[in-house]
Amino acid sequence: MTPPALLPDKPPAARAGWPELIIEALIRAAGYSAILFVILIVLFLLREGLPALGEVAPADLLGARWYPIEDYFGLLPLIGGSLIVTLGAVLIAVPFGLGTAIFIAEVAPRWLREFLKPLIEVLAGLPSVVLGFMGMLVLTPLVRETLGTPTGLTAFTGSVLLAGMALPTLVSVAEDALDSVPRSYRNAALALGATPWQTIWRVTVPAARTGVLTAVMLGIGRAIGETMTVMMVTGNAARLPTGLGALFLPVRTLTATIAAEMGEVANGSVHYHVLFTIGIVLFLISFAVNLTASAVVFQQKKRSERLLS
Amino acid sequence: MKIVIEHLSVQYDDGTESLRDISLTIPANQITALFGPAGGGKSTLLRALNRLNDLVDGVRVTGRILLDGEDIAGPGVNVTALRRRVGMVFAQPVPLPMSIRQNITYGLELAGVRERAKLTAAVEKSLRAAALWDEVQDRLEAPATALSGGQQQRLCLARVLALEPEVVLLDEPTSGLDPISTAKVETSLQAIKRDYTVVIVPHSVQQAARIADLAAFFLQGELVEAGPGQQLFLTPKDQRTNDYITGRFG
Amino acid sequence: MSRHLTQRLAFGLLILATLATTVPIVLIVGYIAAAGLPAISLEFLTAMPRDGMRAGGIWPAIVGTLLLTAGTAVVAVPLGIAAAIYLAEYAKDTPLTRAIRIAIINLAGIPSVVYGLFGLGLFVLFLGFGTSILAGSLTLAIMTLPVIISTTEEALRAVPQAFRVVSISLGGTKWQTIRRIVLPQALPGILTGVILGLERAAGETAPILFTAAAFFLPRLPNSPLDATMALPYHLFVIATQVPGMPVQIQYGTALVLLVFVLSMNFFATIIRSRARARRQW
Repeated sequence: MTPPALLPDKPPAARAGWPELIIEALIRAAGYSAILFVILIVLFLLREGLPALGEVAPADLLGARWYPIEDYFGLLPLIGGSLIVTLGAVLIAVPFGLGTAIFIAEVAPRWLREFLKPLIEVLAGLPSVVLGFMGMLVLTPLVRETLGTPTGLTAFTGSVLLAGMALPTLVSVAEDALDSVPRSYRNAALALGATPWQTIWRVTVPAARTGVLTAVMLGIGRAIGETMTVMMVTGNAARLPTGLGALFLPVRTLTATIAAEMGEVANGSVHYHVLFTIGIVLFLISFAVNLTASAVVFQQKKRSERLLS
Repeated sequence: MKIVIEHLSVQYDDGTESLRDISLTIPANQITALFGPAGGGKSTLLRALNRLNDLVDGVRVTGRILLDGEDIAGPGVNVTALRRRVGMVFAQPVPLPMSIRQNITYGLELAGVRERAKLTAAVEKSLRAAALWDEVQDRLEAPATALSGGQQQRLCLARVLALEPEVVLLDEPTSGLDPISTAKVETSLQAIKRDYTVVIVPHSVQQAARIADLAAFFLQGELVEAGPGQQLFLTPKDQRTNDYITGRFG
Repeated sequence: MSRHLTQRLAFGLLILATLATTVPIVLIVGYIAAAGLPAISLEFLTAMPRDGMRAGGIWPAIVGTLLLTAGTAVVAVPLGIAAAIYLAEYAKDTPLTRAIRIAIINLAGIPSVVYGLFGLGLFVLFLGFGTSILAGSLTLAIMTLPVIISTTEEALRAVPQAFRVVSISLGGTKWQTIRRIVLPQALPGILTGVILGLERAAGETAPILFTAAAFFLPRLPNSPLDATMALPYHLFVIATQVPGMPVQIQYGTALVLLVFVLSMNFFATIIRSRARARRQW
């Protein structure tokens, strides 16, 4: 048997065979496509949203009145609405989410964990419109009767549902973070006579704090961008919230405004452009939140890589 | 002479392990053992012989490695064809996640061999050469992971032999095995050297002394001395070789 | 307070938190199932809506959601898997690779309604697809892409490096190694990620509001350039926009959507646990 020649007649690039080179070129292109899509999204948001800055005075955009029919395009009430609903959601989701994550990661026996984790995933899979629907039919009357408000459609109602939307992300990321704390930390604390709870609270949770922080950030990102649930239960009154009492009044968020009004505006009108401007604001907020969250993760990874090498 | 290494140097970006100016001649149909303490560059040399160092980012190789007179260290080499001629068995047996038979035919199929008869013949022939046939002939379709560690390592050897390479490289192939399995691997190495050129990094000096026709002692990236096994282990020329063989360090 | 009492109290609170998060899930699903089941009939599932959607069935919405999900899959699955292969197997740590990762993180975080705006701007208006299944599927596909990419990349990276080295050392090329070893081993993980991504796409409303969804269209779409009804949007419409809507039809629609989405979820869970049990490494 004569050995195959090691030195090819053709240039080395041709060696893999052209079908393989085409496949690899496609794979490479697919990898770059993510950048392309972000650029396209930015481009089209700017294309449709930037004209608003010429049509509405910037000072008016920062006004406290959103009443497009009379050309009032003040975004403050919407931003305030999004903030207060998100704040409420975070206040609810963080303690319950972290509690659940700690329970699943540290306390629950194996069989229970194998049951709870898919259950949380079911929550992640519930369409937001289904949650909103249940919110309208079940939660809203409950809020009205319990709080004695004239309507159950309040920021608080939205916060409760948004907390539900944010929980799966929060729980699974936080649980991963707790899970990746080395077993030896726990064993060391237990060997020193700490109770299991002292070990969790003084050792495991602090060791996982960056991951837990990431979980909270991602949960916030999820809550602020949620659309259908808040639109269905918050009453959609564009009123500037002043103080925590506004939690129990109807509000209108950035996302709900786009969803509710885009269907009724004429393409190319001022109102249309301003709705895209709101899209730009949402894009910037989510970009900031998610980049912060992932920067924490990157740093954490680098540190652990240094420790391991 | 099968392989002639001339002034070979290998540097890694992070400087973990490197080779400095190695020149060594490896004869055909013999067992050449590269031995010495960890970090000496033995594995790096093995990986240079079938270009597995290419998989590591930031490796710089200078010098020449002639396989039958052809330089295989430079650019423009058809590395996949080279790896079929120069096979490698690793320290940890890594059976691919498929059946015993598929593990053997994998390399041949990648090379474009389709004929069933040829593949079937190759399975039996290479398993026999690796002294594994008797143990697995009834369960060729069983997953390879079901084999014991020693069997897995002989399967890895058979997998390499199926490609009918000219050179077989073995990187501490018995480091995870018990003495009986180790003896089986060593016996099959003695058997296959009639047809192949064998280069091994043994996992101990004793193993080197048992099987080496030619031995080369590596220390911190340098080739200290090389010579026929009998001579090198009985009357080493260099004091450092002597110290290592007699157990003063390592 | 003794530290053991503290522990009991703390664990009690943890259990309460867990119950508060998980019990509502069971209640919601159970309640919708109980309230929606009476509405389910062959007619409900296969007939056109009648009487301003207050009677008849939801057939066009079911078909629409199937078509939108399929359209999303056709675009997002190959693209997402290929992109993940690039990141896991080919990309080196260069500024460009980091830019790709930041782009994916960014895509994952963009609110769904902003995807709707983007789809309206690019597909519906600029490319002239109109409000159509095509525009909606493309919008949903881009939204689903980061989920598929990151889960697939994770599945690829979980395949032991030793398999790749062995395959290469046996004369395999990089692509042969990926196709014959890495992809088959990562397949269950990839499938799980793909299904979870498509599940999200199937349940979304905001991205299709302005790109694909029709308020009321009692016929099946004829081409990809037709608008369509879809289950999530239909539920939104009959829950908020139609006065005098029978509650039973609302619950029935919610139940169908839920079954559709949760059965995908169930498949993903099954695939994952079976693969875990079978894995040889």
